[in-house]
Amino acid sequence: MMAMGPLSIWRSPLIFLAILAAIFGVLPLLISQYRMSIANEILIFALLAMSIDVLAGYAGRTSLGHGAIFGTATYVIIYWTANLGGSPWIGCLLAIAAAVLMAAAFALFAMRVSGVYFVLITLALGMIVWGVCLRWSNVTGGENGIRGSGRPDIIADPFVFYYVTLAVVLFFAFVIWRFVHSPFGLSLCGIRDSESRMRSLGYGTTLHMFLAFTITGFFSGIAGVLYAFFNNFVSPSTVELSQSVEGLLMAIVGGVGTIFGAFLGSAAIILLENVVSQYTARWPMVLGFMFIGIMIFAPQGILGALKRQATRKL
Amino acid sequence: MDRRRFLKNTGLILATSTTGVLSAPWVARAQAAPIRIGFMAPLSGVVAAGGREMVEGFNMYWEKKDHKIAGRPVEVIVEDDAGNPDTALRKARRLVEQEHVDFLFGNLLANTGLAVANYVKGNGVPYFIPIIAADDLTQRHRIKNVVRVAGYTASQMPRPLADWALKQGHKRIATISQDYTFGYEQCGGFSQVFTGGGGEIVAQLWNPLSTSDFSPYIGQLAGMEIDAVFAMELGADAARFMKQYANFGLKGRIPLLGAQNFTDQSVIRTLGTECEGIISSAHFAEGSDNPVTQKFVKAYQEKYNKLPSLYGFSVYSGAMWVGQVIEKLGGDISDRDKFIDAVLHSELTDSPLGRPVRFDDYGNPIYDVYIRKVVKNAEGKYWNVPIETYPSVSQFWTYDPKEYLKQPLFSREYQGIQKG
Repeated sequence: MMAMGPLSIWRSPLIFLAILAAIFGVLPLLISQYRMSIANEILIFALLAMSIDVLAGYAGRTSLGHGAIFGTATYVIIYWTANLGGSPWIGCLLAIAAAVLMAAAFALFAMRVSGVYFVLITLALGMIVWGVCLRWSNVTGGENGIRGSGRPDIIADPFVFYYVTLAVVLFFAFVIWRFVHSPFGLSLCGIRDSESRMRSLGYGTTLHMFLAFTITGFFSGIAGVLYAFFNNFVSPSTVELSQSVEGLLMAIVGGVGTIFGAFLGSAAIILLENVVSQYTARWPMVLGFMFIGIMIFAPQGILGALKRQATRKL
Repeated sequence: MDRRRFLKNTGLILATSTTGVLSAPWVARAQAAPIRIGFMAPLSGVVAAGGREMVEGFNMYWEKKDHKIAGRPVEVIVEDDAGNPDTALRKARRLVEQEHVDFLFGNLLANTGLAVANYVKGNGVPYFIPIIAADDLTQRHRIKNVVRVAGYTASQMPRPLADWALKQGHKRIATISQDYTFGYEQCGGFSQVFTGGGGEIVAQLWNPLSTSDFSPYIGQLAGMEIDAVFAMELGADAARFMKQYANFGLKGRIPLLGAQNFTDQSVIRTLGTECEGIISSAHFAEGSDNPVTQKFVKAYQEKYNKLPSLYGFSVYSGAMWVGQVIEKLGGDISDRDKFIDAVLHSELTDSPLGRPVRFDDYGNPIYDVYIRKVVKNAEGKYWNVPIETYPSVSQFWTYDPKEYLKQPLFSREYQGIQKG
């Protein structure tokens, strides 16, 4: 029982979700509108980081393509609403569908490989998406991007939009948590630990990887849609490699394989970017040092380190 | 001293002492309500060099004014947009929603400017853009509170050069340009006027940004029977193109014409003979013998130990323009509509151009445009010297604005080329 108590904290997502809901829920009452927009961005990127963490932490595959999937959704909804004048709600569905399709296409290439090959393939596919967004200027507006036509009235108010984001992100955080703790998620862990053993046990590892990748694309797509509503603008920088890298770094900083660490990682990186850049133009260097520090002192990420501390004491 | 202020000050000391880059905001402590300006420029990323010259030009004006205008102190809050539209948007949000600035100013790359313009469209904050040259901001998609003070439209400047080329007897020209919107617009302005006047654009080459090896392009140019080359390149690409053009022996064989940024001081400052004799067109020429221009050039040189580039000049003049309007309004810019209207109906006087500048009906300045040649000055430095002037060039050249606006925006596919 002694051992079960603290351990079950790590097993139940509800406590974490409650803490997150409490923290992010009261934030807008305490901080200025600008800081609320930063919190909003943290939530959106946490969802992207969580989707990457599913692959990185549970399937042992490091993706550098999820930024492109995320950005695909952003492009689709903004193009649909601004250039075609379509309904934003249909746009949401189209954007998420596009992200899932994009992820499925990525998965076809990447499902059979692991390790560095997986990194390279997702990197290359992400670069292709970026290249298309940059060059297909009749549709994507080239490097100038597309300016959106604003949020729908019902979520136009920043407060309302913030809470909608919070609800959506927490809901999908729960869904992702359930997903990785489902039998399917456990079989992903099995693939991570030994793909050949899983295969010899009769699991269709390739199909597992295909589905896992496609489903994480769905989560990235939702984050991309939220980002489109948030920024009301899209340009190739939304799909570029640094977006994928940032999402991955958030997952790593928070703790790979912890899911909820994504919130910490996202908060740490976005806050640092915003705070440090007010004081020095060399802020990317400060970020670099932070990553090195984390790799040395907390290689399992912030939440990973806390988790280890908590379990070691027992 | 609260924690925030403490951080700000320590940040300032750290920034100045360890890196020598002053990027923390200048903080005024005065009794009268200050005018707060949010200034954005890329201080990191690939265009950081240009961004720093923007900050120099901006600071130079406010330092000359002793950070005061119409009796009100001026606070400038500088933010790094990193040359990235998402970052620019975030910074604009911070400046408006947290710093409560009276207006925004700056940005270098068109994509950052367009992102910020879309943001201020929703909240009415005045936004001044001396560098952002995207055609449509003063053409098809105007936003009232986005004003191009001392800026220009991309396609505006190369048009006189095309006319000049025709007068030189050039019949066949090939263009090479960076493959993005700013390139399409500049190249389009040139190609439209050149073919409209009976010239022929033999070929149009588009190179990706940051091309390190131009030999495939230069090889193609060498094989064409052409009278001149029109090149639109920025920054390091421009420097590399000029060097390789000379190395391949084309310099002196096929005359080289350039868009204004091609031979901008920020590029030719570090170059040698390879840039000599290149012709370009722009409203500003640091080698102009106009005494007002020379006064500015000397002052800039004394302060920053280099000749001013288009970035420094434009932002300095833009600040001056807004400053003059604030003075005229007696320091009261609380009514944004009145402020914007006053700017749009004002005339910039005493600018380094040495002649007054006003806006056309679409909010784009009308300039006397120089045809400039790169020559060595008395100090042995290369600079742009005017050899001919086209008076009162607007963004619509000689076309009727209404007719002109019916044509699509320039792109790789649409270059306004008329087949003779």
